[in-house]
Amino acid sequence: MASSRLPVIPLALLVLVLLGPALLADLIAPHDPYQSHLRNRLQPPVFAGGGWEFILGTDRLGRCILSRILHGARYAVAISAVGIVLGAALGSALGLLAGYARGWTDAVVMRLVDISFALPSVLLALALAVVFGPSFSAVLAVIVFVLWASFARQVRGEVLSLRERDFVARARVAGASHLRILSRHILPNVANTITVMATLQLGVIILLEATLSFLGIGVPRPTPTWGLLVADGRQFVVSAWWISFFPGLAILLSVLSINLLGDWLRDRLDPRLQQV
Amino acid sequence: MTALLELSRLARHFTTGLAGRGPFVRALDGVDLQVQAGETHAVIGESGCGKTTMARLILNLDRPTAGKACFDDQDIHALSAKRLRWFRRDVQAVFQDPWASLNPRMRVRDTVAEALIATTSLSRKEIDARVARALEEVELRPDQMRNFPHEFSGGQRQRIAIASALISNPRLIILDEPVSALDVSIRAQIMNLLKDLQRDRGMAFLLIAHDLATTRFLADQVSVMYLGRIVETGPAEEVFATPRHPYTRALISAALPSDPDTDSAEIILKGESPSPLSVPQGCPFHPRCPCFIGSICETDRPELQSSGRSQVSCHLHSR
Repeated sequence: MASSRLPVIPLALLVLVLLGPALLADLIAPHDPYQSHLRNRLQPPVFAGGGWEFILGTDRLGRCILSRILHGARYAVAISAVGIVLGAALGSALGLLAGYARGWTDAVVMRLVDISFALPSVLLALALAVVFGPSFSAVLAVIVFVLWASFARQVRGEVLSLRERDFVARARVAGASHLRILSRHILPNVANTITVMATLQLGVIILLEATLSFLGIGVPRPTPTWGLLVADGRQFVVSAWWISFFPGLAILLSVLSINLLGDWLRDRLDPRLQQV
Repeated sequence: MTALLELSRLARHFTTGLAGRGPFVRALDGVDLQVQAGETHAVIGESGCGKTTMARLILNLDRPTAGKACFDDQDIHALSAKRLRWFRRDVQAVFQDPWASLNPRMRVRDTVAEALIATTSLSRKEIDARVARALEEVELRPDQMRNFPHEFSGGQRQRIAIASALISNPRLIILDEPVSALDVSIRAQIMNLLKDLQRDRGMAFLLIAHDLATTRFLADQVSVMYLGRIVETGPAEEVFATPRHPYTRALISAALPSDPDTDSAEIILKGESPSPLSVPQGCPFHPRCPCFIGSICETDRPELQSSGRSQVSCHLHSR
């Protein structure tokens, strides 16, 4: 069993890279993220010969990379938070329904899950971007579409086993309605699973959002999402590596710390480990 | 006098294989049984003979393939929504495994109060008072209603399960192996508790058991089940003293005698209980029967017929 001590380093990283900047970007960012400083284009970061004014350097329009990353955290948090809530809610609700009702409801939901797993998310994002134009809501739609199926599948599996447990039979004998059985007996017993999955999927979403932005089908420019920042530096990877490197690092550290936290949470919340 | 619970020709077959085209499993194959108000009727038989399927049918957790189960002269599986609410109050259950039958994420108070919350509109205060009383009745402390199930031992959990079955003042409680998951040292306590409750409250028990000691202690009537059918039924003392069906005789002889000096020859049955996938023709017991009397056992299914104070389904007794 992994240690169940609070994972301090991932937590600190998460606050430093993601949560802190998301909340305080306006206060701590040294520059306006959209402001061009044309005389200071492609400045290297301070430790590679640049000045203190632009600590992590500037991009080809002379915009401050650090400020753009700090502001980008805000979009990463907003998109992943909204995406995870919508995706988990939709997927869990459908999984709950499928596992509890069984029969054709289950068959329909599970076929939809199969379809959703079979469709490449990037392709779907392209289609949505073409139809609706790249936008915040289109990105959210893609994220929800990618997420719901894994929640639905996992929750359905647990519900299938839970609904046969004696305490559910006992509740039925006591006259409890289906709604009450679902909300008071089954949902509380899958809540841990949903929480852990949601945490582990957060990292996936941040990566997905970055991928979409990188391909230019995410949140439209000039919004400084991390994926766009990485994409901005594409032509300059050899001459001005810092443009892509630092946003990439932010993505890496966020996803890594979220995954470590998710692992910890899973160990903590696993009832099989807890009840002994 | 009409019975509180009456099963007539109750059957439940399960289909197997792809799209249900495989052979039938005859889990329950035409059971007749009566439980009178206030009595304890025990159903005994080995694992897989259909006892639990029968309990699930009576509790309306499953629907029969054929036959009828009536409670208070009303078909359990054709109750109106309003009648069903009454039925849910009148018929309760205690399951075998107290580790599985309590929701781990629910406080004892809500578990015990389930039937009240679901079928009545009592206020919070009234419910709390009823729960406290029910917990006292099963010899737990009322303040323990704030705790979660994992804070209790197996015996205490079974007491909680019993309290939750009592709360709606039922007239019939289905006891599905209520003590077989408990430590031997705790069984006697729970059995005494059940007996006291019945004496004080006068509800009927349908006891499902494979343990003859429990049955002997609690039961007024006994039915013996084999492969989804009742092979013998009668007053407990009669069935235990003079078992008539060869299967009952073997079952009772296999139990340890209460006095080790008594000379009891154990009847060893040949082979295993056949799978309910292929119930033998004629008398289902004939391939293992030590009293096999000829081709009639292979061709005719014996019906329950009176023999003394019991009823037996065996060709030995049909003349």
